[in-house]
Amino acid sequence: MSIIGATTGELLSRLERGELTSVELTTAYLDRIAQQDDRVAAFLTVNGDEALQQAADVDRRRQAKQPLGALAGIPVAVKDVLCTKGLKTTCASRMLANFIPPYDAHVVTQLRNADAILIGKTNMDEFAMGSTTETSAFKTTRNPWDLGRTAGGSSGGSAAAVAAGMSPLALGTDTGGSIRQPAGFCSVVGMKPTYGRVSRFGMVAYGSSLDQIGPFANDVNGAALLAQVIAGHDCRDSTSVNAPVPAYSQTVNQPLAGLRVGIAKEHFVEGLNPEVEQALRAALQVYKSLGAEIKEVSLPHTSYGVAVYYLIAPSEASSNLARYDGVHYGHRAAQFSNMIDMYATSRGEGFGSEVKRRIMLGTYALSAGYYDAYYLKALKVRRLIRQDYDKAFEQIDVLASPASPNPPSKIGEYSANPLAMYLEDIYTIGANLAGLPGISVPAGFTEAGLPVGLQLLAAPFEEEKLLRAARMYEQATQWQGKRATL
Amino acid sequence: MAEILDAEKVRKVAVLARLKLSDAEVADYVTKLGNVLKYVDTLNEVDTEGVEPMVHAVELSNVFRADEVQPSLPRAAALQNAPKTDGTFFLVPQILEDK
Repeated sequence: MSIIGATTGELLSRLERGELTSVELTTAYLDRIAQQDDRVAAFLTVNGDEALQQAADVDRRRQAKQPLGALAGIPVAVKDVLCTKGLKTTCASRMLANFIPPYDAHVVTQLRNADAILIGKTNMDEFAMGSTTETSAFKTTRNPWDLGRTAGGSSGGSAAAVAAGMSPLALGTDTGGSIRQPAGFCSVVGMKPTYGRVSRFGMVAYGSSLDQIGPFANDVNGAALLAQVIAGHDCRDSTSVNAPVPAYSQTVNQPLAGLRVGIAKEHFVEGLNPEVEQALRAALQVYKSLGAEIKEVSLPHTSYGVAVYYLIAPSEASSNLARYDGVHYGHRAAQFSNMIDMYATSRGEGFGSEVKRRIMLGTYALSAGYYDAYYLKALKVRRLIRQDYDKAFEQIDVLASPASPNPPSKIGEYSANPLAMYLEDIYTIGANLAGLPGISVPAGFTEAGLPVGLQLLAAPFEEEKLLRAARMYEQATQWQGKRATL
Repeated sequence: MAEILDAEKVRKVAVLARLKLSDAEVADYVTKLGNVLKYVDTLNEVDTEGVEPMVHAVELSNVFRADEVQPSLPRAAALQNAPKTDGTFFLVPQILEDK
């Protein structure tokens, strides 16, 4: 059986049985990266030497029959927005091109404690702002299913790395759909946990009331295991919720009896690609055949989600990114006339156009005279959106929709029209505004062979239910076994 | 709302945001940000009378912890990414005029 493309569970049991060492496994993935990544461009940094050292250490401890963590010997690729001690963390920005974090993000510490192998850092939209991984200052990640198309974003590198068999697992972040949308585009599993479920300590902030870290995997079981490893309370993130973490990987294979799957009538709107809609309808049939009840619900404020998001996220970003001043870390301009000019010139040079656009938008929305009309108004509509979901989840267990209204975009398709790109976030944004957990699972392909993702959302802290519902669908379909051929 | 975004306003916001923009960027933002602002105006259709703003998904307030001394970054690590340092401090351009 091949190593590349195997699921996390298969790899773990082969390691445990002694059929495979972590060094062999890690070497196979590093070779795959060396062979394929010049075409896919999923990685910004490959951590080859350290990965092999970690793998050798795990193998040694396994041989000595010492206790090992839940991901012992398994490579994990990490989005370059998460701080890794001693390993460059750029956020795909010229601003942080040479930034070497002096500490690990909480989730990276959790990975190390679980004896996972940190195989490399993945490409992303600059500061996670974008839906295509094209705003990266360094390279454009390509979709392993069609190299002329994007892998989605902002966690496009993590999604493409898993889809291309360059890592069995990866971490991403999701502020408006940045895990679920690229997972759908690349036909892998991607989950955004409930806001507060995973500590954001050491994650470079974009929209702090929306950002959440989550797993990518080539099957639901892998995502459940990785979610379990990274979740939990951390006092260094005051929004991290102090509630026990269920053993997702223990329950994920148990089907849910009497499952109620909701669909929102507001999701069937103009702009939804017919082939994507067909895939969703087919997924609902699968749930029906498994004994689930399909219920129509209403989310009346759906159409306002994108507008609310593109006021709140840029407003928070304009505040968060004020820290890049060319003083403590990051780019400093070579020439400037005074202190204020040093700030403005360093920031003008260091940030790319989409980041500057969002800082400008947020600064405008928060500025005197506009605050009430834009930012405050958006916060009020945000509550109405949350109330819509609260009402819906009184009647249903999970809400099904496409991950995105259209298949992956062509490279360059949105460069002249960012608003058109923003509108593609319609199905994913609500979960961030309301703080809900969501997952995207492979749900087939268009006639042209482009992946389609099924998104499921659940009520806050119902990850266990979400994963079990996703696993029911995965088990009943053949999409999980499909791998991109490169 | 529904204000027309012009080049002068874009430049004013750029000063607030401490961003040096080229003329081409200013022109680009007049159009692209203008389109986004027009789009977000659709929020005016929503009646939000009496609705409390929702600033966070998890509405916690005042998360307390004991005020205890914890290990923190050593000075060298805190300075390691600084564009300019003398080994003790972050160095910035002079901000006060010489007498």
